[in-house]
This record gives sequence, structure tokens and C-alpha cells, in this order.
Amino acid sequence: MDTTTEHGTDRVKRGLAEMLKGGVIMDVVNADQAKIAEEAGAVAVMALERVPADIRALGGVARMADPAKVTEIINAVSIPVMAKARIGHFVEARVLESLGVDYIDESEVLTPVDEFHVDKRSFTVPFVNGAKDLGEALRRIGEGAAMIRTKGEPGTGNVVEAVRHMRLMNTQIGWLTTLGPDQLMNAAKELRAPIEVVKEVAASGKLPVVNFAAGGIATPSDAALMMQLGCDGIFVGSGVFKSGDPDVRARAIVEATTFYKDAAKIASVSAGLGEAMVGINVDTMPASERMQDRGD
Amino acid sequence: MKVGALALQGDFREHLAVVSRLGHDGVEVRTADEVAGVDALIIPGGESTTIGRLATIYGLMDPIRDRIAGGMPVFGTCAGMIFLASGTTGADQPQLGVLDVIVERNAFGRQVESFEADLRITGLSNPMRAVFIRAPWIEKVGADVEVLATVEAPDGGGEHAVVVRQDRILAASFHPELTADDRLHTMLIDLAEER
Repeated sequence: MDTTTEHGTDRVKRGLAEMLKGGVIMDVVNADQAKIAEEAGAVAVMALERVPADIRALGGVARMADPAKVTEIINAVSIPVMAKARIGHFVEARVLESLGVDYIDESEVLTPVDEFHVDKRSFTVPFVNGAKDLGEALRRIGEGAAMIRTKGEPGTGNVVEAVRHMRLMNTQIGWLTTLGPDQLMNAAKELRAPIEVVKEVAASGKLPVVNFAAGGIATPSDAALMMQLGCDGIFVGSGVFKSGDPDVRARAIVEATTFYKDAAKIASVSAGLGEAMVGINVDTMPASERMQDRGD
Repeated sequence: MKVGALALQGDFREHLAVVSRLGHDGVEVRTADEVAGVDALIIPGGESTTIGRLATIYGLMDPIRDRIAGGMPVFGTCAGMIFLASGTTGADQPQLGVLDVIVERNAFGRQVESFEADLRITGLSNPMRAVFIRAPWIEKVGADVEVLATVEAPDGGGEHAVVVRQDRILAASFHPELTADDRLHTMLIDLAEER
């Protein structure tokens, strides 16, 4: 390598997320699931100890996956492997980086350890973070996140919160583009977001990083809905491996994500899919169980 | 001129933005009919296994092969290079097999080894800033393939081809679409205009 070589630049970090666009990233807990996901056409897998639905059911503290599991998954597939670290847990993040994970999800699905998020610029590995609205997305980008996803409400099989977060994000981006230069500092104050990134979004009309949908996606139609709302791709957590026939459902969600505007295609891949994961009503959920309120 | 980008998965929009910047009509290609309607085709970066699988399901492999055999210029970047190639050093995956090279996937290592660097390319006067993301390199080059750029392996394992041309097939293992440097895209459009 010559002297012009640089690793871990914004372009290199954000670039990997660009390559995942239009694809589906699936939660997996072991090598077998990772292979099923890869064969179904997943663009990446997310390695974790338990899928969000099981974390919900089990309660207690949810942590980074066992490094042995992460390594097993890395060795099983040729597609990128992501893994979750707890919000603010920069040591878990360093451990995952040292294992060779391709992306770290600083995730509200796990139990947060700090009110501060990880200083993501100090890492070579890129990070993805969840966001409920534009301000939260821009704060994470300010900390160095190279990819954003909606938070949704994970492990519920209920896409309503992901829809809410994406709609709010779109509305707020639209609003920013209508403001003049004299109004942007006030907008930054209102969004509680860094002014440089606010200016960038106001000028371009979009986030400077890729934005995926996550949290509650359980069916091919859910995936296509989020794509039509403007998401760049899809994370499926519990939706695949908590369903009746994971292999077939995984393929169907991949195809619905590619042909998200084609209702006839979505109908054909959705036909006879078997049991979807059991859903949870988010409205009647106690506030203490809402994962989306973790980290801000 | 109508330049298509295979829009099954990956960063096809960035490629189409370059095409528009160069004053041509950029179109998303997802069906055999759309393959038939373009003057040149770009295979974008993305996940090569995903792109290959979807192209197979949707019956695009033969239509694309036929157009390339008929002389349509094509440009593949990263996953696109893998998709055009005749084989990989690893497990089998769907490939067009129109470019006579064997590629090694993720040749530089995992994402922490991804990098950008200045790259000298035959036919271009100044170096290009090249963004390599979990990039492949070419392990074996066929007789009719012209090597336009090489990179030294990080472990000192010698030079490997990263930009190649075979007739009207152009392939790069990095992502010119992620920078403002349009010279390789211009090369593709020149190939189409020569026809």
C-alpha cells in the first residue's frame, strides 16, 4: 500500500452501507441460521445472542453475543456480518471490532449502559444506530454513525412504530429544505442536532447516510411498505426465525424488498407463507417495555 | 444515449447519477425487456451473491449474456466485476461468465481493511481516488483481458489486477461511483459511442 492509502474514512464506512441498499439484513443467532439467510439472498446478517422477541420474553440484561458465536457466524458466510453492542458500551464495540465484524449496531435492543453513546469516530469499523426522528438521526451521525435505521419497536412483529419514525423523518427533512439560511441555527436547536449536518440535510433534502427500516417488520408487505416510504433497505429481526417457515419467509421478504412497487409480485411471494410471528400490540405495552425509548 | 444500471440491489442510483451528470439518460434495469432497451449496462456494487441470485430468479442471466455477446458495452464495479467474471476462488455462485478472469472475493479482508487510495490507471492521465470496500481482486487473467490497473497485496503477496478490459467489457474492483471522478464511466460511454 502506498502513502495515499487511508482506512476507516467516512467514505469507506458509509460506502459499505451504500452497497447494502435495496437489500435485507437478517438477525441470526448461529451459523445455521446465517447460512439460511445467505442462501435466501440476505445482503448481510446481524449476529446476536437472542432475537428481540426472545429478549423481550426472557427479560433481564441483554448483552453483546458470545464472541465464539460471532466468530462461528463470520466463518459460516461470505456476506458482511454485523453485530450488536449495548448503547454506550465502547468495550463491547472494541471486542466486536477485533473479531472482524463488518458493522456494529449500537442497539437499543440490548440493555443500555450509559446515557452517552459510543464515540464512533474513534473506530475503524463503521456503526449503524437507530433513530425515531431526524434530530436523533443527526445526533448519531454527529457522533460518527455511518448508517441509520428506524428504531421501530423491536421484537413485536408490529410495523406501526417503524412507519411512524420514517414518516416523521421524511416530514422533518421536507421541513428543513423549506428553511432559509437564517433559520437553520434555530432548526438545529429545535432538533437538538449539530448545525453542520443540519445544513447538509437542508441543502441535499436527504440524510448524508443510508437509512434502513427496522423494528417490527414481519411480512413481505411490511418490507415493501417501508421501502415505499423511502427506506433504503430492511432489517428483519425476529420476523424470519420466529415464523413458521423461516427459509421461505426469508426469500419472500428479499423478493418483496427488490420489487417493492409491484403488488402482484408481493402477492405471489406472500401466498401460502405459513404462520407469521405472533404480534404484540404496541399501544397497550407498558412504557418500561418500549425499547425505542432507550437512548436519545 | 440510454445507459442502464442493473437495479436488483446495491448502489445503482449512484451510478445513474454519474450517467446523468455526463448528459445521458440513466435507467433502472430489472426485467429482460429493460435489458433489451439500453445502449450500455452498468452492474453496480452490492452483494454479488444477492445480485446473482435475484438475476437468476428473474431470468436475466441469458438476456444480459446475449446482449453482451452482441457487443453491448458493460461496466461492472466490485460486486459487478464478480458478477461478470467466469469464476471465483471460493464457493460457486451465479455469474455471467463473460469476462475471462477468476476473482478472489473480499481479497483485502473484512470491512476494517477496506480503504481508499490513489490509483494509476492505464489510459487516464492522473491517478483516480479509488474506494475499495470489502473488495475483490483478480487472481487469474485470461489471454484476451487487458489489465489497466493493479494493487499490491497488503501482505506483500504481489500485484493483483483491479481494473480490466476485455473488448467492450470493463470492470473495476472499487467504486468510482462513490467519488466525483467520472472517467471510467466516460470510458464506458465512449465504448458505446464507438459502435
